[in-house]
Amino acid sequence: MAIVEEEPRLLELTAPETVVVPADRGTGVFARPAAQTGWRSWLFTVDHKKIGIMYGAVAMLWFFVGGVEALLVRTQLATPNGTVLSANLYNQLFTMHGITMVFLVIMPLTAAFMNFMVPLMIGARDVAFPRINALGLWLFVFGGVFLNISWLTSGAPDCGWFCYAPNSGLSFSPGNGVDYYSLGLLIAGIGSMVGSVNLITTILNMRAPGMNLMKMPIFVWMTLVVQFLLLFSLPVITIALVFLSLDRLFGANFFNVKAGADPLLWQHLFWIFGHPEVYILILPSFGIVSETLPVFSRKPLFGYPFVAFSGVAIGFMGFGVWAHHMFASGLGPVSVAAFSLTTMFIAVPTGVKILNWVGTMWGGNIRFTVPMMFSVSLVAMFTIGGLSGVMHAMAAADTQQTDSYFIVAHFHYVLFGGALMGLFGGMYYWWPKIFGHRLNERLGKWHFWLVLIGFNLTFGPMHILGLQGLPRRTYRYGPGLGFDFWNLVATIGAYIILVGMLVFAYNILRSRKTMPPAGADPWDGRTIEWSIPSPAPEHNFDYVPVVTQIDDFWHHKYQKNAEGELVQIARGDDIAQAGDQHPHLPSPSYWPLVLAAGFPLIGFGLIYNLALAFVGLGLILIAIYGWAMEPSTAPGGESHPVEDSPATDDGDGEAVDTSVEDAEDHSVAESISDPEEAPVG
Amino acid sequence: MADTTVAPAYGPTEWDEVEHMPTSTGLSNVKITMWAFLGSECLLFGSLISTYLLDRNKPDLIPGSGPKASTLFDIPFTSVSSFVLLMSSMTMVLAVSAIARGNQERTRLWLATTAALGATFIAGQVYEFTVFYREGLGYTTNISGSAFFTLTGFHGIHVTLGIVMLATLWYLSKAGHLTRENAESVEIVGLYWHFVDIVWVVIFTVVYLIP
Amino acid sequence: MNTEAVAASPEDVNTAGSPAEDHGSDHGYSDWGYIKIALFLALVTAIEVSTYFIDFGSIATPMLIVLMIVKFAFVVAVFMHLKFDNPMFTKLFMLGLLGAVAIFIPVLLTFEYF
Repeated sequence: MAIVEEEPRLLELTAPETVVVPADRGTGVFARPAAQTGWRSWLFTVDHKKIGIMYGAVAMLWFFVGGVEALLVRTQLATPNGTVLSANLYNQLFTMHGITMVFLVIMPLTAAFMNFMVPLMIGARDVAFPRINALGLWLFVFGGVFLNISWLTSGAPDCGWFCYAPNSGLSFSPGNGVDYYSLGLLIAGIGSMVGSVNLITTILNMRAPGMNLMKMPIFVWMTLVVQFLLLFSLPVITIALVFLSLDRLFGANFFNVKAGADPLLWQHLFWIFGHPEVYILILPSFGIVSETLPVFSRKPLFGYPFVAFSGVAIGFMGFGVWAHHMFASGLGPVSVAAFSLTTMFIAVPTGVKILNWVGTMWGGNIRFTVPMMFSVSLVAMFTIGGLSGVMHAMAAADTQQTDSYFIVAHFHYVLFGGALMGLFGGMYYWWPKIFGHRLNERLGKWHFWLVLIGFNLTFGPMHILGLQGLPRRTYRYGPGLGFDFWNLVATIGAYIILVGMLVFAYNILRSRKTMPPAGADPWDGRTIEWSIPSPAPEHNFDYVPVVTQIDDFWHHKYQKNAEGELVQIARGDDIAQAGDQHPHLPSPSYWPLVLAAGFPLIGFGLIYNLALAFVGLGLILIAIYGWAMEPSTAPGGESHPVEDSPATDDGDGEAVDTSVEDAEDHSVAESISDPEEAPVG
Repeated sequence: MADTTVAPAYGPTEWDEVEHMPTSTGLSNVKITMWAFLGSECLLFGSLISTYLLDRNKPDLIPGSGPKASTLFDIPFTSVSSFVLLMSSMTMVLAVSAIARGNQERTRLWLATTAALGATFIAGQVYEFTVFYREGLGYTTNISGSAFFTLTGFHGIHVTLGIVMLATLWYLSKAGHLTRENAESVEIVGLYWHFVDIVWVVIFTVVYLIP
Repeated sequence: MNTEAVAASPEDVNTAGSPAEDHGSDHGYSDWGYIKIALFLALVTAIEVSTYFIDFGSIATPMLIVLMIVKFAFVVAVFMHLKFDNPMFTKLFMLGLLGAVAIFIPVLLTFEYF
């Protein structure tokens, strides 16, 4: 504990005008970061909005990487006996495409929206544990980088995204690729884990006065369900990955068939996580669509409680269907029948949602803006993917279809046509709230149509290919087997998607320059995030919003007149908060970044040299103590509106930060007594 | 709209005067987080225990690959260490009760006792592992060894982390930083500690005692 | 997902503007009460261990499971204060605990473990 008494060293020397928060000495090992602009303000931020933007930006970088991987795969398959890739490289590419798109694109994109929007939608000034939020981001970033460093070593993982044992064992995967897979996913998984407890606590505990659970926006509901799914599914994959790592690195026998192990154990553990995972990917998009459809149909959501509770039901049932991924593995007739039934049942709450969305649009005064077009396409495309999903629930059919391109078609319809379409809709919808201006609608429509057409050209034919018998994960096929035409069509479709995405990238750059400021409420929104200026000010809300009903902000704009007709009484832009108050906010911190940086060191250490692992462990320990000794809010503000008492910052119960109450008082006194400290740290 | 002075939809209310905004449920953030985390830990140990159960009697295809973990159990010895861990739960709850009364010295006494009992348990585990190793069951020897050492090792790491937290709390109390206001941190560490104890209650019964 | 419990609770806050009070410290058992519970748990452990020395025949396993549940329940309810604390904590924990049981028993079943 001697480190606490050490004289604080000042790491940061920033331009004086950027410094608002006085240096905090005596409580942390170092002075805390204070930059409010420039890259430092991003690196050390604990602001949920900046963290959300970084999640999104990093995810879009990985989206580019994963997209290139997919295009290489499609190029190889464009013609029979393709020669673009070797079998080995092909295996690595489809594996990394899957891992990247699931863990490094869709999950962080949903995390981006959850982090940015949830506090705004529930009327909070930040999440419950801002520093833990930053830790989650950095663990995701380091986990992703760690995974992809495998390309530079003996090869990326090549065992498919679910990496079945014993294929993942040392005898079949002798390189280090699978080690990078297991350790990289562990690092990213810890990030999701800390993020999930944080968001659960935020949603349960930090809602605006009056907003009970049944008045929360559906996106918040879906976030809550998703975080519970993460909370309860991640430990299982954690253990599976730990087993895999121990087998490969320390010679354990969990999947060693010679020692009597049953490799089916991996499939169970993986899919106990893996099936909730698909709902983790899709439910946030369901939430987004449940926000956009009412706004652009100018009608309240049809059957709000049904949408909310069907989401909860999907969450529960999502844990009871995992073995339908294993129908072909010889589970035995009773297990297959049971999981077949539960799988058919889970289609019911999903169907309820589809019905409610259609009901929302029915008779509405629909505005076909770009976010609306993406949302409607989600409803349609997901329905197609959902129907082929129900086909797989029937074990007899599944046995024919499994491991064929039909499966590939199915999950791309739900994950691309479902999850990703919803997320793009969310981007167009919330872009003004995040960046202060809309995206160009005309370019957006080009983006939409190119992606929609390209998507259907790519994955529609895969249904046919699969039923014709083309197995998935084959790196080439012979000519004249009937696979040639549809494969070529799929590849053309993939390149059309590429063009669509390029249009999107151009749209982002162009809109930044040309689009006028959007105003607080550009879409005539219904939920309270539209009652604050765009882009959202750092403290979110000038005044704590008091909520009385669902779609509370809309009811501030539209009320019944004397004749009982609904009339507009105000424009959103006029009654929005001004964003000119300055409540005291949690201060930036180095420690989340330092703590997260210890994890990849442990990863490299486990693969190459254990000494490095101990360095990483030491870094983590130092960071934990540095973190705990630092109050979450630097002293100097008059009020402390965010309910985040300093002692509450440690997710895993490390209550070492109890010194802060005293220490905080202490440091207030200090910063008063030597004011020359103020502009430095 | 011509009117320039429109009141914001969400103007100032008495809520803005509140020094510390109460939480929506009235419960503490960190306690909700801890309980959610413990719920998640149930699945972590669920996976580990199921794997051990599955692997403990697997017929070994390699002849002569060492004894199964279950044939080496020393039940009287493990009973004593289980009892020690159970008693540490009692001393932990007494520490929480002492800090709630503001009795720092008593708190430190019970925290130290709890940590000492935990350390005794860990020492017993190290001894047990050493004995198993001498009797021919290493980590890589066979599948029941891998599963047993991983399960109990995971639990041991949890206990060790708990000891570190207890020691930190003890230091904070000694340094005068553990005030009545943040007595909750003792309670939170206590929750973690009791959880580690009940996991052992399950392991002791399911792994050691049930034949 | 503990919806009913939480749905009702935030409204309570509207009436009181005071910060959340520290729960769990002002109720529960006396120290002597905790010691009595601990002694009871020690007794249960002794009975458990006795199955190793005395042959209970076919009731040994069910008895051990029941005793395990008793110990588990007492520690969670009394030492971890769930009995006195807000029901939401119980729900959060039970969600994980029952979830684990509900998932891993079928896993063992598919392996024909029992």
